[in-house]
Amino acid sequence: MMRHILVAILVLLFGLIFARMVGGYVELDALRPLALDYVTRAPVELGTPNIITGILITYRGFDTLGEVAVLFMVAASVGLLLKKDDGKASVAKVSSDKVTGEKTAAAKPVLARTEAARAAAARAAAAKANASARAVTTGTMAVKSARGAEPVEDEETASQREPSEIVRTGTEVLLPLIFTFGAYVIVNGHLSAGGGFQGGAIVASGVMLMLLSRPGMKLNVALLSIVESFAGVFYVCLGILGLVLAGGFLDPRFLPIGTLGAFISAGAIPIISALLGIKVGAELSVIIDRFRS
Amino acid sequence: MTTGLPVSTILLITGFALALIGIWGMLTHRNILRIIIGFAVMDTGLHLVMVATGYITAGTAPILDVALSPADAPHRAIDPIPSALVVTAIVIGLSVTAVMLAYAIRLYAAKKTLSIDAFTESKW
Repeated sequence: MMRHILVAILVLLFGLIFARMVGGYVELDALRPLALDYVTRAPVELGTPNIITGILITYRGFDTLGEVAVLFMVAASVGLLLKKDDGKASVAKVSSDKVTGEKTAAAKPVLARTEAARAAAARAAAAKANASARAVTTGTMAVKSARGAEPVEDEETASQREPSEIVRTGTEVLLPLIFTFGAYVIVNGHLSAGGGFQGGAIVASGVMLMLLSRPGMKLNVALLSIVESFAGVFYVCLGILGLVLAGGFLDPRFLPIGTLGAFISAGAIPIISALLGIKVGAELSVIIDRFRS
Repeated sequence: MTTGLPVSTILLITGFALALIGIWGMLTHRNILRIIIGFAVMDTGLHLVMVATGYITAGTAPILDVALSPADAPHRAIDPIPSALVVTAIVIGLSVTAVMLAYAIRLYAAKKTLSIDAFTESKW
């Protein structure tokens, strides 16, 4: 109760800050100087009708590179965190290692070991309970599938619930559309609302639908990792090309700018956008797959 | 329907309200998943706030086409910088949420519970 009162006071104070900010806020009626600069210069210098893409990929291109690096690190760290363990021994070893690393008392490792043992015992009990529960569910599943006269392919799919007919058929209809739409959003990033990140997220949502409709499917994570690594390498190479041939790192003007609004225009921006789309799509798919285990 | 308040102010209030709900949720709940959901709600609210600060009265999206000529753009386009920053912020928010969820899975594997009261080792 005490904690709730403290939290209420804190939220109230935040509310006061926010209220002051809303009270002092006046809606702008003209662009700020920097924004005015971007809005007037982007169509002329870069040839992008979509000024936000121009800012993201060129004026703030370094930020975008950092963002992609963050996404890469997240994919890597999620993979590290959700890596399958060999067994209970490795977990116990890790926990005792952690405690010895602190170099406190000699009693601690023993404590940790007993703790780990207790945790292992609890886990074994939970696993037993789980196993019995699973036996029940597989039993009901078997009954259900027998009633539906639907043959169960193997034991792995039997323990999971099969996706319904609607999900499977809907996926077959929607999946090509989702991937096409994702590709469209990626390559139209310099002309209209869209770009690499948005399109990549759409592609990854398609991958998620695919994994939902076929739970037994294995995603080729190794291939996806190679694809995204090469996309990242090419992205940096394009940045260096900009440094050599044009004004600076990630300057897309080493390719002809073309006419404003044409599909092939805006220098290297569509290429960078496509690379970003591939990279983000592959990375998000890998993250989704890691969480599936 | 007109409400008297400018649209960006309404958006600001909505965003700040979501942020407050998120802070409340993060601090009062003891379940790790609910804390993560609270963070996501706060994140969304702050994105709304950032987008709202870029709005310009009667402005339109900063995309040049038939409806918005390059000569017209400086007067009618909204501020593109907050929008570009929010794209970055959304990606970073997603990354943080993904890492938090991965940690939640690990913590659940270690203690078979998601209550934050069970994790007392790092409590000072």
